[in-house]
Amino acid sequence: MRHIISLLMENEAGALSRVAGLFSARGYNIESLTVAPTNDATLSRMTIVTRGDDQIIEQIIKQLNKLIDVVKVQDIQDAPHIERELMLIKLQATGEQRDEVFRLAEIFRGQILDVTDTSYVVQITGPGARLDAFIDAVGSIPVIEMARTGALGLSRGSCGMSV
Amino acid sequence: MELLSGGEIFVRCLQEEGVELVFGYPGGAVLHIYDALFQQEKVKHILVRHEQGATHMADGYARATGKVGVVLVTSGPGATNAVTGIATANMDSIPMVVFTGQVPTHMIGNDAFQEVDNVGITRPCVKHNFLIKDVRDIAATIKKAFYIASTGRPGPVLVDIPKDITDPKIKIPFEYPKDVALRSYNPVLKGDEGQIKQAVDLILSAKRPMLYTGGGVVLGGASEQLTRFTRMLNYPITNTLMGLGAYPASDRQFVGMLGMHGTYEANMGMHHCDVLIAIGSRFDDRVTGNLAKFCPTAKIVHVDIDPASISKNVKVDVPIVGQVGDVLNAMMQIMEHEGRKPDAAAIDAWWAQIEEWRGLECMKYGWSDETIKPQYVVQKLWEVTGGDAYVTTDVGQHQMWAAQYYPFDKPNRWINSGGLGTMGFGLPAALGVKAAFPDAEVACVTGDGSIQMNIQELSTALQYHLPVKVISLNNRYLGMVRQWQEFFYAGRYAMSYMEALPDFVKLAEAYGHVGMLIDKPADVEGALREAFKLKDRLVFMDFRTEPSENVYPMVPAGAGLNEMILV
Repeated sequence: MRHIISLLMENEAGALSRVAGLFSARGYNIESLTVAPTNDATLSRMTIVTRGDDQIIEQIIKQLNKLIDVVKVQDIQDAPHIERELMLIKLQATGEQRDEVFRLAEIFRGQILDVTDTSYVVQITGPGARLDAFIDAVGSIPVIEMARTGALGLSRGSCGMSV
Repeated sequence: MELLSGGEIFVRCLQEEGVELVFGYPGGAVLHIYDALFQQEKVKHILVRHEQGATHMADGYARATGKVGVVLVTSGPGATNAVTGIATANMDSIPMVVFTGQVPTHMIGNDAFQEVDNVGITRPCVKHNFLIKDVRDIAATIKKAFYIASTGRPGPVLVDIPKDITDPKIKIPFEYPKDVALRSYNPVLKGDEGQIKQAVDLILSAKRPMLYTGGGVVLGGASEQLTRFTRMLNYPITNTLMGLGAYPASDRQFVGMLGMHGTYEANMGMHHCDVLIAIGSRFDDRVTGNLAKFCPTAKIVHVDIDPASISKNVKVDVPIVGQVGDVLNAMMQIMEHEGRKPDAAAIDAWWAQIEEWRGLECMKYGWSDETIKPQYVVQKLWEVTGGDAYVTTDVGQHQMWAAQYYPFDKPNRWINSGGLGTMGFGLPAALGVKAAFPDAEVACVTGDGSIQMNIQELSTALQYHLPVKVISLNNRYLGMVRQWQEFFYAGRYAMSYMEALPDFVKLAEAYGHVGMLIDKPADVEGALREAFKLKDRLVFMDFRTEPSENVYPMVPAGAGLNEMILV
């Protein structure tokens, strides 16, 4: 089953490689991983999307907690939560394709960030599935390049993960 | 406040931590540190012959004393040579702090001479590691390193120190931090009360109980509590390879080691038990055999300091995270206060069954007047040393025979590389023990393969007067490899025969020690007595043993614990 694991860790050199190294050394799957500083400059927040049965997820959380630099770990799949991802996608757009891309961007509430005679860069946000749906909808229009952030997640309600 | 250089701060920190001995090897990146070490008396240094030797010595020192072992090596190859020893300590949860030199901070990442990414290379095999980038961080980092290495589930911590950080020209005010607080590291000590109560209920409900205890009891210094607990219950107890000595092996309730080369009674007891009480043990594959067939009828209680050890390989019914000693005390208190006792009739019947298994005498071995049986050498070693020596081993058949035929009544006496299985561990580990306890008898049981992996440390032994006894069970084979090839590869002995062995007697003599060759069973005991009389000399005893001898009993890989090969 797919899980979104959020963790707070010391904002120190090498902390990211400790987490990434743990996943590769123990053979855990990483679907996506994002990391950035938080409002507290000493802490980074990492969001990892992984897959595994209950026993594997339990081990992942325990092993993450065991890392000295990791301050808090939460499997946000356990509770109601919000998931968002951002995608930048550069599509070839000439002739009729120009209208089509424009329309699709509007339907998916995307934004067009860059325009040339032959291309558009579209920004789409939403749960991962929505981004996948946009790629499907684009169909035969050639994708020149694309970049996705990987999922971010927060639990719903007034409580949050803090030190 | 006094002004000190980074090198001087380093040395003062070691003094503050009460470090008596450092095992190491100098080199360019740590010269400032060695210069500072040279100018003081408190911290002694043992110069090894290879950095792997330094790590195993510090490891042996730590296992025997319970203190943190300390290693100091230079950058690049100094550090990479230490990696095997760091991984060895990591697998067995041994408290160790390893200091590595690093190229100056401004050269890091430039492929400088003797540069390697020490923090990166050791990350998967340490409990934690640090790269110090500022002289002002040395004291706080060293404080953290010792704290992390020695608390919770212990383990090795590496501290990488670039050369410019220890520059004698740069002096700063020094103050050693009094305490350390890490918001991200707070090992649990006390077990959860509710869980402990549940565990007591389950333990006392047992009709066919089994105590299965491991290295965590030795590391946690909980041998005394375990012994009282076990006697209070009158339950059978088995120890893992790492846990030997935590419960007195001469006691009636001890049924021997379990697992791949465990006793029949221990493994059958495991297989048929209804309540398994796992304490400071981690359900290693060499213990469990085939997981699908492991303890099929048992409810399991597991006490461990490391939450990640619980339900990792085997799902347990009542987990308790905490210090084993504290948890055992809490369980005994409940039983005493509430006057609760086990089901005596059921336990008597269970003991009758266990005695029947024990009656099989699975450890019997054949006798020969012509060739020396390796088991016999270990038994005689036990007799000659009164069962009270520190025994280190390397890895292979001799390790198993030492575990099987040298019953330990005290913890911290049995010192071997259980998790990583590092050949070359035994001799340097023995030297580390001898350095800690100069008056104790220290024996290194080894084989002709393993001893050659760190034999250069015979030179260190001479320089620092560490007269250990090397008991080499020389069968001219990589015996454990040979045994597996005999059983599982139809006797195709690929690369397991050691040709061109050195003359170990002459080799020992060349290193300034005493060498003895023993090739007759009748001479074994006399030779051992003679060797142990030479208190001030390292004696290398080359026992020519039966080449085709196998370690029995054996649970083949993939089998259940009840599917043992007995002879």
